[in-house]
Amino acid sequence: MEHKIIDVQDVVIRFAGDSGDGMQLTGSLFANMSAIYGNGLSTFPDYPAEIRAPQGTVSGVSGFQVHIGSEKVNTPGDYCDLLVAMNPAALMANAKWCKRNAMILVDEDSFDEAGLRKAGFKTDNPFAELGVDDRVLVVVPITTLTEESLKDSGMDIKAIHKCKNMFTLGMACFVYDRPLDYIFEYLESKFAKKHPEVIEPNKKVLKDGFNYAANLQVIADTYHIAPSHPKKGTYRNITGNQAVAWGLLAASEKSGLPLFCGSYPITPATGILEELAIHKSLGAKTLQAEDEIAGICTAIGASYAGNLAVTTTSGPGLSLKTEALGLAVMAELPLVVVDVQRAGPSTGIPTKTEQTDLNQALYGRNGECPIPVIAAHSPANCFDAAFTAAKIALEHMTPVMLLSEGFLGNGSEPWLIPSMKDYPVIKPPFAKSLGADGKFKPFERDPETLVPRWAIPGQKGFEHRVGGLEKNHDGVLSSDPANHALMVAEREAKVQKIADFIPELEVDGPASGKLLVVGWGGTFGHILSAVHEVREAGMTVSRAHFDYIYPVPRNTGKVLAGFEKILVCELNSGQFANYLRTLFPTADIVKCNKVQGQPFLVNEIVDAIKEEL
Amino acid sequence: MATLSFKDFKSDQEVRWCPGCGDHAVLAALQRALPKVSQALNYEKERYVVVSGIGCSSRLPYYMDTYGFHGIHGRATAISTGIKVANPWLTVWQACGDGDALAIGGNHFIHAIRRNIDINIILFNNRIYGLTKGQYSPTSKFGAITKTSPYGTVEHPFNPGSLVLGAKGTFFARSLDVELKLNEEIMTAAALHDGTSVMEMLTNCVIFNDGAHREISDPEVRADRTIVLRAGEKMIFGKNRDRGLVYDGRKIRAVHIGEGGYSEEDILVHDPHSDNIGLHMALADMKGPDYPVALGVIRDVRDVTYDDGVRDQVKDVMLKSKIHCVDDLLHSGSTWEVE
Repeated sequence: MEHKIIDVQDVVIRFAGDSGDGMQLTGSLFANMSAIYGNGLSTFPDYPAEIRAPQGTVSGVSGFQVHIGSEKVNTPGDYCDLLVAMNPAALMANAKWCKRNAMILVDEDSFDEAGLRKAGFKTDNPFAELGVDDRVLVVVPITTLTEESLKDSGMDIKAIHKCKNMFTLGMACFVYDRPLDYIFEYLESKFAKKHPEVIEPNKKVLKDGFNYAANLQVIADTYHIAPSHPKKGTYRNITGNQAVAWGLLAASEKSGLPLFCGSYPITPATGILEELAIHKSLGAKTLQAEDEIAGICTAIGASYAGNLAVTTTSGPGLSLKTEALGLAVMAELPLVVVDVQRAGPSTGIPTKTEQTDLNQALYGRNGECPIPVIAAHSPANCFDAAFTAAKIALEHMTPVMLLSEGFLGNGSEPWLIPSMKDYPVIKPPFAKSLGADGKFKPFERDPETLVPRWAIPGQKGFEHRVGGLEKNHDGVLSSDPANHALMVAEREAKVQKIADFIPELEVDGPASGKLLVVGWGGTFGHILSAVHEVREAGMTVSRAHFDYIYPVPRNTGKVLAGFEKILVCELNSGQFANYLRTLFPTADIVKCNKVQGQPFLVNEIVDAIKEEL
Repeated sequence: MATLSFKDFKSDQEVRWCPGCGDHAVLAALQRALPKVSQALNYEKERYVVVSGIGCSSRLPYYMDTYGFHGIHGRATAISTGIKVANPWLTVWQACGDGDALAIGGNHFIHAIRRNIDINIILFNNRIYGLTKGQYSPTSKFGAITKTSPYGTVEHPFNPGSLVLGAKGTFFARSLDVELKLNEEIMTAAALHDGTSVMEMLTNCVIFNDGAHREISDPEVRADRTIVLRAGEKMIFGKNRDRGLVYDGRKIRAVHIGEGGYSEEDILVHDPHSDNIGLHMALADMKGPDYPVALGVIRDVRDVTYDDGVRDQVKDVMLKSKIHCVDDLLHSGSTWEVE
């Protein structure tokens, strides 16, 4: 039958099913294919903490949202144009994310009496019950059709059922006018060595899904999202966790120091440790420690021994590392601490995103214990953020906290691959000379930067001791009150001095006016989209995003002073807003907060902005 | 290379342990052992890093004129591990107490041993928390009366030897603080051992646990209540060298030579390099009144080490991989061109 192909700017697709249904893979394949096709892209995996939660229940639903557009897209999208629900629970959990004109594709075979009850439906019409019966409902017996498609494949029924997601993906590819070639190539390269026997069946079921959709009356229109025309060059898709790992490897190369990562597995940060573990060919050493404390302490030891040392974690792990952070501050050793934030407190909601560790990063230590804090603002930006964190750590002889978020770590976007020749060389302040008495003074500072020099064990004549006890400039233990006051002030001033070496805060829009919308970290895309939307409605609003949180850029006070009101949007109860209030008490700061373990919806920010204008 | 002497390892810092503290003697033994180790292995002084945790004995790095890291409570082993993995060329020594290594740092301690990372751990065991002024430790005897156990503890102590061998440790030695010569010998053997070496030093705390090991350390009883084990030598002990250890088919027994049908021929010969961890465990577990406490190197066997493993794996992957720089990495896998 003939289908009308309609050109659209962007679409949001949400794949949802049981956590064993392969929805993460389906979503990633769709995303990667679209990226290669030349679309703008942003993804958001939304999965439960349980590896295999009870089948068919709402708590076990795993989702993967893909937003593709003709131009660059900034967020994974608020509401979807297509919801794929592999079972009633997936529909129950996700129907609320459907646009008014959305298409809902479900596997009819799973919508039996038992399935409906398990998902908590009270009637036999789940669509009416959820108030989505006015959407385009595509009810297809996906399980049966997959069985039919593969009945001659020789595969057992369990293996056949695992291909249901490919049938679905085939259908989605038809609806959005995607060529299947990319997925074919993926299947061939992925399974060529280990499971060549699954390549053909998967290809077949994918094609059958595609063709089945083509013959469905209910799918009247298909949609085309034209490729964008981004900057020339080589692109790839990258997740935030991968980008952090690669940014650290880049810093290792640019500093000439081997990378050491001491970490303990924790959601959602584990991906960084896993990624680094692969790249031993670049000299990276990874140590999966016995606990979070050993993770950071091995890293501190490695730093003392002259490596670029890193520890990666998430909120609860950062809590455990707290005492050792103080040690790194006291020993004035370079160290990158990556916190991929998740919903807290305590174990909280481990797989959900939040920005609630800012206070912990800034203040969570005993004593006066300053640690620079920087934040990544998109999955690809994690590369530059990690590189910068390492550069600051190595050149300013301090631990540096890099805040990422589950949303960034697991999310992905296309990335114009940079060239390493465009990145600066990192120059740690290696010790070259001894004091007049022939001894090395570990805490004597460069008068300009206040940075001490770095003498690495093995360097003849520079033997010295570091540790958690207060010392004087010579590295000799001291409990002298005046010396303690001096050292406390110097450690703080050293960190403040970093502001001289970081870029100024940029303002998007007029440099003064009624309202400045401010954010930090992973809210970047949502705030950007919201600001665009408000401007399209004819209103004037400016925007600034903080990549550097402590110290803040030098011009921050000046920027804030240009606006009547500052609206700080963040995924916590106002931690950054309160921080800015402390630093700039005269600024009129208002808050836009969300603490639900979920990213902002663009609409929520739009509403908050409109309220202030 | 210039020959080093013990003076080269003495820092200019005033040693601030209490007069009579057992730690002084252990420090002296270390400062005397390291020149010998340096001679034997051709090590320069700048190659040594001395790491510690928190506690009286953990002040030791300040008294050594080497690179030093005074860490935080319990974490010395993790810091040592990081140093050794980052730069296997360095030779790492660690000072830690019974509370530091076996209570707050117990986890790191057993995992370092499990990994068999090449570090040398001196475990100062005085069976008490000294720096916090006298609370019981994980090695305090059952019933020990301390500030936090005024009516006696109701918990069993760890025997560090059992813990180390239980974690399949490749080197364990034990000694008394006052055995200066034996301690030098043990430290030299530990330095030569590739893998985690644990040296339990039974030290006295004159202030909070005076006579911590009196029942074996008093000069009048020491010869009868301890046995110094040396590789290839018969396990003979006693003031009159008339007692020894035999194996009766089921377990070790301490016997009088010439009594009960036992002659010198029946006495066991110590082999610290033997695979027989059961025998080493039995020796490490021995205590009075039936047995002498074993001193000396009880176990010293070869096994793969973690630091070698990490280094070799990096080299191996470097040779095989097609990714040799970050630009290679960035372009690896799936990419696409925009013209």
